This record gives sequence, C-alpha cells and structure tokens, in this order.
Amino acid sequence: MLAFRLRFAVFRRTAPALLVTPALFALGACAGAVPEPTPDDAAAPEPVEVTNVIIASTTSTEDSGLFAALVPAFEDAYPQYRVSVVAVGTGQALEIGRSKDADVVLVHSKADEEAFVAEGYGEERLDVMYNDFVLVGPPADPAGVAGGADAVAAFTQIADGARAFISRGDDSGTHKKEMNIWDATGITAPGPWYLSVGQGMGEVLTMASEVEAYTLADRGTYLAMRERLELDVLVEGDERLFNPYGVIVVTGAANLEGARAFASWIVSAEGQEIIRTFGVDMYGEPLFVPDAR
Amino acid sequence: MAVFIEAIVTAVRLMVGGSPELWNIIGVTFQVAIVSTAFGIVLGAPMGFAMGASRFRGRSVLIALTNTAMAVPPVVIGLIVMMILSRQGPLGSLGLLYTVDAMSIAQTLISAPIIAGLTSAAVASVPYKLRLQARSLGASRVHEAFLTLREARLGVVAAVAAGFGAVVRGVGAVMMVGGNIEGQTRVLTTAIVQEARRGDFGLALALGVILMAITFGLNGLITWYQHAGERWERGASA
Repeated sequence: MLAFRLRFAVFRRTAPALLVTPALFALGACAGAVPEPTPDDAAAPEPVEVTNVIIASTTSTEDSGLFAALVPAFEDAYPQYRVSVVAVGTGQALEIGRSKDADVVLVHSKADEEAFVAEGYGEERLDVMYNDFVLVGPPADPAGVAGGADAVAAFTQIADGARAFISRGDDSGTHKKEMNIWDATGITAPGPWYLSVGQGMGEVLTMASEVEAYTLADRGTYLAMRERLELDVLVEGDERLFNPYGVIVVTGAANLEGARAFASWIVSAEGQEIIRTFGVDMYGEPLFVPDAR
Repeated sequence: MAVFIEAIVTAVRLMVGGSPELWNIIGVTFQVAIVSTAFGIVLGAPMGFAMGASRFRGRSVLIALTNTAMAVPPVVIGLIVMMILSRQGPLGSLGLLYTVDAMSIAQTLISAPIIAGLTSAAVASVPYKLRLQARSLGASRVHEAFLTLREARLGVVAAVAAGFGAVVRGVGAVMMVGGNIEGQTRVLTTAIVQEARRGDFGLALALGVILMAITFGLNGLITWYQHAGERWERGASA
C-alpha cells in the first residue's frame, strides 16, 4: 500500500506538469471561451512553468475537507504551483518526508514533528492550527460526566462505573490521545466494559451510538456524523484534548521553493483566515482554530 | 521472499507461543465458520437438492436468484444484516449487533446460496436415466432421492467446502456486524485488516499464514474423503 502511494506520488509529481502545460496552450487557443485575465499573454503565449508541490498529510485532515478549501486558494495566490496531497497516517507522512518523496508535511503529532526537525529532515516546524477531541456518549449519560471539562476525571468516572467505552485501538492519533488520558488516570487493566475495536473514527462512532457507549472522537468527524448518531458531546475544552497541527518544509525537498511558499502561505493572514472559517457553513461551527504566530 | 519466510516463522512462533488472545481469535473464527456452514447446509442443501433433482414452476427463476445471491458482495450482506439488527432496525430489541451471533447470521446468508447453488449443479449432473432405472426397479421416492444424493455426494461435499471457504475468508460482513471487538468478535480476517492498517504487514501476513494453514488442514480432510470415495467406487466397479 505504501509502495503504491509512493509510486502514485512520483507519478503525480511529473504528470500535472505534462498535463497542465498543454492545457494552458489550449486555453490560449480557444479564444474567448474561457475569460483570460490578461489577453496580451494569450496573444503571445508565454507558458508559466507549473511545478508540483507534494504535501504529505493525514487521512483525517484530508477527510475533513480542509485541503479542498486550502489548495485552490493557494494555487490562486501562486499559479506557478500545483498541489498534490498524499493522505496517509502521521507516521507514514513523516516517513515520506524522510525519503524526500514529499516536499512539505502537515501532520498532528508534535513530539514526532520536533524529532523530525531535530534529525535534520525538516527545516522548521511552524504552528498552523489545532482542533480538539471531545468525549461523546449516550445522551442519558449513565456515568454522569456531562458538562465537565476534565478529561481525566471523566475517564475515571467511566471506569469506576464500568460503563461501556469503545477504543479505536488502532495506534491512530486519536487512539494515542486516548491512551495518554488513561495513563493519567492510573487505570492500567480495564475490564470487559472496555471495547478495543481497531477501526476508523466513523465506525467507532456508529458502534458507540448503537451500544450506548462512550468514546473519544475528533470534533470534525463527530460533527460530520452528528445527524446519524445518538451521541452528545459530554466533555470538551480540556487542554489535554487539544490536537496541534504543524507544517514542516522537508530539507532539500525536490520543490523547495514551492514547499516554502506553501508553508509561509498557510501561516499567513490569508491561509489562517481560511482555516478560521472552514466548516462553519457545513457544521455550524469551525473545525480548526488557527494558531500561527 | 524473505518477508514471506519471516511471516511463516512468525506464524509458527505465534502458534507455538499460544497467546490466549490469538487462540481466542482462532476460536471465534472457526466457531463462526462452522456454525454458519452448518446452517448454510441446513438451509441451502435441501433447496439445492430440490432445484437440481426436480422440475417445478419457477425453478429457473429460483436458480437465477440463487446464482445472483452467490455473487452479492459480503459487505452488502453485512450492511443489510447490520440495518436489521441495528437499534433502529426491526430486530434491534434483540441486542444482537456486534456479537458472534450476528456474525454467524451474516455468514450463514453468505454460505447458504453457495451451498444451494453448487448442490443444485451437482445433483442436476446425476444422469436422469439412472433415476428412471431405479424407479423402474421399484425404488420409492425417498430411495430415489438417497440414490441421487449418493451419486452427487462428491459435488455436494465440494459445495460445502466452497461454503465454508467463503465464510472463513470473509471479512466485509463480519467487520460490519461483529465490530472486530478485541476478545469478543475479532476473527483472523478482521485482525489481518487491522494489523495491515497499522502498518504491521509482517504480523498481518503471519495471521494470513495461520488462517491458510488451518483451512488447508480442513480441506485436506475433505479431499481425503473425496479420494476415499473415488477409490471405493473404482474398487466396487472392478
């Protein structure tokens, strides 16, 4: 699978350059069919050298739809670049960066990202934004955790009451976050109420809704599925539940200029504003909080 | 190549090491496979026999439907069973979703059409003249049926093996209705999917080797039975 993704990434690196350049000629050829901002250029076509920028990111970021909002805006601001997003797990995304198969990485695992930079694979880690995790559960809330802002206390209450809790159990970022909170509670051997299912966020939310269990979810996936779930947000706002994203330009990237352009654009006022408003029209609230300095 | 040898070594080590988790996964895997194959036989074999041995109105429609059912993707069966067993579904009050029973129900719906379809083909291939001869020699309807079934038995065994194979290798339906819950509804195929997703391809492949090894053993028994039947026939006709 990884091999396939990499081959795909390499293909994408060259393909758009081949496809886009003739497309620009074609635009010039069909005069008037497509509005040209500068008609003089169409008369004497000087094709812009379009190069590809490969971003390695995570499936959850891609699934949220954020890239669909960011990429076109970046390409408008920098028409000389085309962006390809390779969405994999955080570990794989950094691995693709190490092998220089990506030009820039945008992931959410701060410690791993700092190690990536410290080992010399990346130029600098810049804060981009954060989203957060929420503890969701049945509206009846048998463990009585609703309204709290202390994740550790809520987890302890669920364990003490032996209330059903579903864990991703798949080493994902969400699962790691959950394990951190369990570590903080000091509970090491959960009982049969703890269901580890090794599945994605969507499946886990569906299961929790079906069996009236608690689970830790990222807010974006929960909001996207809220209509079909009998689950409420019970605990939120704990700093432990924050999930910071960073952007790193890969050292010696194939498209270093493009990578630097993307990284500085996403932390610019324009990039941050898109992040600030993303998701409001779809979910009624933003999914990410921009926090670039 | 080294990867595959490593997987086999890991598989042997896992089997010998005998972690209770692994044995639980293997146990659930074959519990579901055996129960759903047994129900598949109960539902599918008589239907297949009827379709293969007799002529009745709507027979060809029924055969076409059975052949279609054999081709329905397991995830679609899983989705339908999930919707029926869901809390909002008609049988939600039974609380069966995400249990071994739910997995057995879904897998039965996968094995039954396969067993019915292949049994029907095996029975239909028994020469009609043979049955006529038996009848002319005074065999009752029941006797004739037994004779036909005996003639078709190698094909019927193959039908059961195919039904068993389909459920033991299935993943889509059991993932959906079982939920891959550790220690409860996790089977070898769903564990393979999980380990592959985590990037532990070696362990995933080792679990695949274990699944194949056990299935190979069971199929060995079936093949032995089929060959024994062939030998008996040759011996009897000589």
